[in-house]
Amino acid sequence: MQPQPILQLKEKLADLKLGGFSWNNRAVWSVAALIIILIVNRLISPNFFSIDMVNGRLIGSLINILDGASAIILLSIGMTLVIATKGIDLSVGTVMAIASAVAVMLINQYEAGAGEFYYMPGVVILIAVAAGAICGLWNGFLVAYLNIQPIIATLILLISGRGIAQMITQGQSPTFTNETLAFIGRGVILGVPFPIYLCLAMLILVTLLVRRSAIGLLIESVGINARASFYAGINSARIKVMVYTLSGICAALAGLVVAGEVKSADPHKAGEFAELDAILAVVIGGTSLNGGRFNLFLSALGVLIIQSLLTGLYVSKLHPTANLVVKAIVVLAVLLLQSDEFRSFLKRLFRRRA
Amino acid sequence: MRNNEQAQIPLIETRGLTKTFAATPALSEVDFTLYSGEVHALLGENGAGKSTLIKLLTGVHKRDAGVILLEGKEIEPRSPRHCQELGISAVYQEINLIPTLSVAENIFLGRQPMRRGLVDMKTANRKAYELLKAFDIDIDVTRDLSAYSIAIQQIVAIVRGVDLSAKVLILDEPTSSLDRHEVETLFSVIRSLKERGIGILLITHFLDQVYEISDRITVLRNGIKVGEHLTSELPRIQLISEMLGKALTEELAVQKSGISSNGLDREPFLRVHGFARRGMMQPFDLEVRKGEIVGLAGLLGSGRTEIAHLIFGIKHSEQGEAYVNGQAANLSSPQKAVQYGFGLCPEDRKEDGIIADLSVRANIILALQAKLGWFEHLTPKKQEQLAEEMISALRIVTTDMEKPVKELSGGNQQKVILARWLVSNPEFLILDEPTRGIDVGAHAEIINIVKRLAQEGKAMLVISSELPEIVDYSDRVMVLRDKQVIAELEGDQISEAMIMQTIAER
Repeated sequence: MQPQPILQLKEKLADLKLGGFSWNNRAVWSVAALIIILIVNRLISPNFFSIDMVNGRLIGSLINILDGASAIILLSIGMTLVIATKGIDLSVGTVMAIASAVAVMLINQYEAGAGEFYYMPGVVILIAVAAGAICGLWNGFLVAYLNIQPIIATLILLISGRGIAQMITQGQSPTFTNETLAFIGRGVILGVPFPIYLCLAMLILVTLLVRRSAIGLLIESVGINARASFYAGINSARIKVMVYTLSGICAALAGLVVAGEVKSADPHKAGEFAELDAILAVVIGGTSLNGGRFNLFLSALGVLIIQSLLTGLYVSKLHPTANLVVKAIVVLAVLLLQSDEFRSFLKRLFRRRA
Repeated sequence: MRNNEQAQIPLIETRGLTKTFAATPALSEVDFTLYSGEVHALLGENGAGKSTLIKLLTGVHKRDAGVILLEGKEIEPRSPRHCQELGISAVYQEINLIPTLSVAENIFLGRQPMRRGLVDMKTANRKAYELLKAFDIDIDVTRDLSAYSIAIQQIVAIVRGVDLSAKVLILDEPTSSLDRHEVETLFSVIRSLKERGIGILLITHFLDQVYEISDRITVLRNGIKVGEHLTSELPRIQLISEMLGKALTEELAVQKSGISSNGLDREPFLRVHGFARRGMMQPFDLEVRKGEIVGLAGLLGSGRTEIAHLIFGIKHSEQGEAYVNGQAANLSSPQKAVQYGFGLCPEDRKEDGIIADLSVRANIILALQAKLGWFEHLTPKKQEQLAEEMISALRIVTTDMEKPVKELSGGNQQKVILARWLVSNPEFLILDEPTRGIDVGAHAEIINIVKRLAQEGKAMLVISSELPEIVDYSDRVMVLRDKQVIAELEGDQISEAMIMQTIAER
């Protein structure tokens, strides 16, 4: 029944290990889903895979997908770790808005000629990231020390965060011209957009951080069985504060990417609904909302699946009103493909036919 | 009772029942019969195939070969629900009922009596009351299930199962969390079920209870049936040797750790003075020396686990002080206790012990890694080496160390948790019911490990409901009653009779 090559591929992949996570079925099916979506895109638009060099910059749909996915990939890194501890971070979208508001307001002071060192671009970026970290620290404090359910704890910042961002920008959507800050969103190195480097660097860095230390194991342990972890002497509060803080930092970076792209900070629209895409990507990447085993690269793959789909929809000339529905259907299909129950159901169905 | 057994059609009969999991045979060619009106005990060590047999009978798994006959007719169990419809009900150790619903709602869940399109709770309550009353259980069926003891909850589960028109009732470890009195209540229910002609398949680890209640015994070992006997004709020693597949004497022939008489003068490793917590435990003193095993004996709910929790910092004491090696110690959380070289194997393995989805290896190194902190990471190689050592030292049965720990049997999970603390090289180990819910063979092994650890110089505090066990290994026994330490027994004073007498004293 099963096509043989896929079975063999599965066995081979099963032997591979990446970041302490064995390539289970989910991973294989996620990769398969991405490939299928890309092939469909290629069928719709014949030059989908073509990449050209224009003015020292690579141009093409594949590059667009990576570039467009970068903000959500950054979010998915923090979100994966949070979800692995059995938590959730709804505030990442608004933290993006806060961080970009902070950055843009400060950088405009710098452009206006204020001399203090904390208006210099490098420092501005650090302050914006620190603002994200503080937001994450706040979430972590509520969850870990006040024992507020993560969905409620982060909902507080989801609601209030846009207000905070508006207060920072004094109700405006300020634009800026500083090229250093804009580079984070629209810079190009060796033809490739800077956000792609940023994502890759963060993926590798955070993977090294959690897998070369004990943090990854402790995150999974707390996520799978918090009580037993407590009995084993694990300080789960510290772990939780750490993952929410990291999620805040990732959100701030994503905010800087978005601000850089459009050279402005929009406290209303920046990162709107981004948390939902990030959560969806993490789930497609195979991390259960019940906590436990995680893999950052698979979450990133989840983002790419969503983004390829969106790009495909844009080039398909389908009426834009249908986009969200088609997106929902394909996401459902991907999740079904990963479900063991559904696949064995299909198998039984086909066996009966044969 | 059944002189004409041969003539009677068995309620359940299996022939050549076989099941293989991932090339490992779990059950091979097992013939099993259960007659109406009998209690048939199914006994065996870890991995004997007891659970597999039950799961085949209740439709959880599908057999690879063999036939299952119900009242002489071949059946094809598809799912637990299907089996319930056929008349086979099972009640498990972990009760599958809903604690926040009333007793009556639990009994009629999914099939509530209706009146004019609405649930008729009045009828349900009356019927539930009558059903329970038939077993001499007179309780308020409108209260939440969680308001009642585990024993009553278990009986409610049985009543529900039987009321679903069961012919066959499977009881998997029904008594493991019950005290003696509750066991009696449960047994009287079982006896009246027998009289109604229901066939009862019983799995338990308490041999006394097997002899008290069962009519026949089937022994499995490594998936093969090794014996089927009338209980009245089977000497205990033969039963145990069939279960173990070896003579029992060598297993039990380890001497007591035997601290020298002057050892008691030494400064204890741990000294606790006046620890207490309101609503949990009365003030108590406790001393444990290196190489000494202190047993905590008492009935269920007497405060044994509470002492362990207060010492290990799971709940912090509201008063009193603790000294480790003579130095004042802060035991307000497990993290702190671990830093003093403490370890705790909790009573509830599943909830408080194992990290189910993580591998055996990860579970073993977890406490050590937590102790070392985030950045002093044990390399994969070091982890494998530690796990390897423990798997062979404690004889943990697993195909490989990367297997999720949830796939191991109860006894092996217990060993994994023990291993978790041993690799952290503790000076003081608290074992809360280390032998609960595990079979005779692993039982003896765990007891040997406990003794060996004391001989190696570790201070040990062991909680057990099984008096022979406590008497066997303890150098001192603290006896508890009603959240209070009421006596401390030493040397010759330590005997089952003495402990029971102490508990019974007024």
